[in-house]
Amino acid sequence: MTEKIKLANKVEAINWNRIQDDKDVEVWNRLVNNFWLPEKIPLSNDIQSWGTLTEAEKLLTMRVFTGLTLLDTLQGTVGAVSLIPDALTPHEEAVYTNIAFMESVHAKSYSSIFSTLASTKEIDEAFRWSTENVNLQKKAQIIESYYHGEDPLKRKIASTLLESFLFYSGFYLPMHWSSHAKLTNTADLIRLIIRDEAVHGYYIGYKFQKGLEGASEERKQELKDYTFELMYELYENEVQYTHDLYDPVGLSEDVKKFLHYNANKALMNLGYEAMFPATVTDVSPAILAALSPNADENHDFFSGSGSSYVIGKAVNTEDEDWDF
Amino acid sequence: MPPAAVADYRQNAEANEATVTTDTTLIYFSSVSENTRRFVEKLNVSAARIPVFPTEPQLIATAPYVLLIPTYGGERGKRSILPQIMKFLGHEANRANLRGVIGAGNTNFGEYYCIAAKKIAAKCNVPVLYTFELMGTPEDVLNVNEGLETFWAPASHKKK
Repeated sequence: MTEKIKLANKVEAINWNRIQDDKDVEVWNRLVNNFWLPEKIPLSNDIQSWGTLTEAEKLLTMRVFTGLTLLDTLQGTVGAVSLIPDALTPHEEAVYTNIAFMESVHAKSYSSIFSTLASTKEIDEAFRWSTENVNLQKKAQIIESYYHGEDPLKRKIASTLLESFLFYSGFYLPMHWSSHAKLTNTADLIRLIIRDEAVHGYYIGYKFQKGLEGASEERKQELKDYTFELMYELYENEVQYTHDLYDPVGLSEDVKKFLHYNANKALMNLGYEAMFPATVTDVSPAILAALSPNADENHDFFSGSGSSYVIGKAVNTEDEDWDF
Repeated sequence: MPPAAVADYRQNAEANEATVTTDTTLIYFSSVSENTRRFVEKLNVSAARIPVFPTEPQLIATAPYVLLIPTYGGERGKRSILPQIMKFLGHEANRANLRGVIGAGNTNFGEYYCIAAKKIAAKCNVPVLYTFELMGTPEDVLNVNEGLETFWAPASHKKK
């Protein structure tokens, strides 16, 4: 791969005192305040738990994390950077540099997990697997080809689908372990990554929709068709990848529900309607609870099925500026 | 603007704030990303939008209503309630007429999923009626439509 990635044609000194789009500042602040490093997470507390996994489970976990490492590397060094030349505002450019750096932090944090839990030999074998697994390589290649493509809005589509969909076949596993009280510190770290990806997907999806404003109906239709085509292409590959990884431990069907659920959210980040019906997005409650610890009540007052009619308790609100 | 001028300006803004009243049963906030607006437009009820920009007149509720608002994660739960929503709830009438809160959010934010809706509900002693993600699925639209209908039905019977 010798071709160069396009750089911004013109750079002007960025003035944060003149804001064209408040979202840029809002998201910048969110990202900066959410900043974290893997060293803050006591991963070594998981060593004992790691010892309780079977060999097949350990192998699966190593492979899942090398797969995630590849995606984060791709997003950090190519994906987020490729969005810079087409940014609508200089502040948008700055947000992408933040996203790019954070993806590199994510990629590095998997190595922190590896070095805490596994031997050098196991780590090397997992990385070798990541270069040899056909479906993993294909998913990276599909996305990368769009990053090198000419259409800036298609790059945003590919980027949003990566941030909001492609990671989730991997994220499933640490949530699964966490729901079985295993590798819980690792799960804490992954939850931080999951939170970051939500802001990234939201922001890139928002900028995609800004880019659509004023486009002709034909162009809008073209991009919509393109989004769903790319989603199908990626989805088929994800299903294969999921079977490759999870068949040996019998989790593939549940992982697929998680894929459907997140595919819908990726499409919504781009402003499109959900594609998968509720009958195939019913992720197991244990996984949802692992995603949102301490927020397990299901807020459906209407149906009466939730546990949420608990009001009137004095709750200390922490917002400093909450003053009515 | 020098600091003194800013203070003056704020005082004037409080005193002379332009307002519009509404008696809709649903009031919502949606940022320029328009995610929440898209959900609201799929509902069967008419709704009023809390102003996004400070130049717009403030909305005042004159009848009981349900508030539908998004949470964009927040920072460990802090700053999760957007300033526009806080300003809106700063008006006594808007707190007095509030009957319930519906939250939009993203479970990726973990324990802070829909935290803004939960905080407002706790602070104002009303229930969180429902939570959904992003623009909502067709099932969410169905649930909220049906839910709102039954939620308001008993109250209107009582009045009669």
